[in-house]
Amino acid sequence: MTPAPPPDAPVLEAVGLTKDFGAVRAVDDLSFAVAPGRVTGFLGPNGAGKTTTLRMLLGLVRPSAGRGLVGGRPYGEHPAPARLVGVCLDAGALHPGRTALGHLRVAAAPLGLPETRVREVLALVGLEAVARRRVGGFSLGMKQRLGLAVALLADPAVLVLDEPANGLDPEGIVWLRSLLRSLAGQGRTVLVSSHVLREVEHTVDDVVVVASGRLVVAEPLVDLARRAEPATLVLAPDAAGLAALARSHGWTTAPDPATGGVVLAGAEAAGVGAAAHAAGLELHRLEPRGSDLESVFLRLTQPGPDPGESPDPGQSAAEGVAR
Amino acid sequence: MSPVALLRTEWRKLVTTRLWWVLALVMLVYLGFTAVVLAASFALATAETAPDLAPADQTLLVLGSLGTAGYVFPLLVGTLLVTSEARHGTFTATFLAEPRRWRVLVAKLAVAVPVGLVLGVAGTLGVSLGLPVLAVLGDGAAVGDPAVVRALVLGVVVTTLWCVLGVALGSVVTNQVAAVVGVLVFTQFVEPVARIALGTVDGAARVASFLPGAAADAVTGASLLGAMTAGSGGPDLLPGWAGALVLLAYGVVLVTVGARTTFRRDVL
Repeated sequence: MTPAPPPDAPVLEAVGLTKDFGAVRAVDDLSFAVAPGRVTGFLGPNGAGKTTTLRMLLGLVRPSAGRGLVGGRPYGEHPAPARLVGVCLDAGALHPGRTALGHLRVAAAPLGLPETRVREVLALVGLEAVARRRVGGFSLGMKQRLGLAVALLADPAVLVLDEPANGLDPEGIVWLRSLLRSLAGQGRTVLVSSHVLREVEHTVDDVVVVASGRLVVAEPLVDLARRAEPATLVLAPDAAGLAALARSHGWTTAPDPATGGVVLAGAEAAGVGAAAHAAGLELHRLEPRGSDLESVFLRLTQPGPDPGESPDPGQSAAEGVAR
Repeated sequence: MSPVALLRTEWRKLVTTRLWWVLALVMLVYLGFTAVVLAASFALATAETAPDLAPADQTLLVLGSLGTAGYVFPLLVGTLLVTSEARHGTFTATFLAEPRRWRVLVAKLAVAVPVGLVLGVAGTLGVSLGLPVLAVLGDGAAVGDPAVVRALVLGVVVTTLWCVLGVALGSVVTNQVAAVVGVLVFTQFVEPVARIALGTVDGAARVASFLPGAAADAVTGASLLGAMTAGSGGPDLLPGWAGALVLLAYGVVLVTVGARTTFRRDVL
């Protein structure tokens, strides 16, 4: 890598992005900004509109409304956008008959980069040994590495990667994590999409969560973690007594088949212990089961609550952030 | 992207795959076989089984199989310059590198010229294998005849035109399987049948001369199908320049459609 950090890496910005495919609204009035110097996770379940949004940001898909901006300008209006933004949207988009080297040479040609740079990025992603093999025989993990090599070719100030951890082995994921962290540390703008929060939760600084084409939250990861709801696993021989205790404290109960116990949602372990002690209830097990980030993410991205139910806290929070 | 970088990129896309030289090799072998068989049929024919043709005409017809039987190859390679991008999803990378998409289309059309020249040379080598057969078994190969030399040069030119036309076609029919099947069916069946059928109908013969294959034959001035149908009072070919204009017109129409569809729509 060229060590010099790019001065003032541009902000990536979605401004009211909307895309209709026939009668289906894939992306609905989506606005968010991706800051330089940070890794931003673009999260949402499959079919949430992530890929369509990324493609609108890069001028590949024409928005039905709104604009995608790179440093305040549409991608296509930059004089040499491919030198500014490194992209890997689909690691499988390769001609299977090309060698890894040939694929990179094709990618290097429009950037005007020399053969030495091609060799550098091949080494960087650890594909030197298979440089002359045809990519048709590559595993998904190898294709991801090759796609990343293409994205890094021009040493871009902005990096946009769609599901880059797909197909990587655990070692590869750790490697990707440190690479992305160091790129952001150099001041670059890094946007990484994923449908699994756990995959990127140790990589990203900020999250943009979408569901059904709409923005759910856009905030630092630490704020997302604060949305976690406490929960406690309890094992009590007196089931009726436990149910009465939960009712009186307003904790919702759910059986936990793995342990044969009950999970009390909305309850801290200490609070449950104190209440049980006060009620003279015998407990055989008392474990914090604080909902992790993943369950926060799931709660946020699930389809809206059934009518008649009390409003989902995630949903109301989403309204607050999105509006 | 600068025009030079655009052309270099398109060229590199082609030379980093095997397809173009495999097709060039197949073209050479296939045309060599065709030319040898044709030359042998002239050489071994008796006055009762075949029309008596002068050595120069025989030579022209043997070399003309480049245009008659060989044009499917440059047409295929040209379409593949576009359809392989659609098939393998590489339009994404292509349009990220050059968001002004029409320039990509122009670069592909331009790169088809050197590619077509290479295929033209390969095809000429192929059909030239018929010449020794004429020389040894038949009435001699009229290689010094100015008309023959002219046909050789124009054969390479028209092969190049077919390659450019292939890009234009690929920009409209981006499905690779559909494009390949369509090219094969049209060139090997639809057009030959149409030319012969139209040639037998009064007043329709003129229409046949505007079919792409007939227009290309007009450019080279040498055509087996032309000779066959001419013998049965079939269609005259257009003048050479008009044939070139007709091919150009096909290209312009296809590119106009392609630029407004394939090169404009969302890349998903």
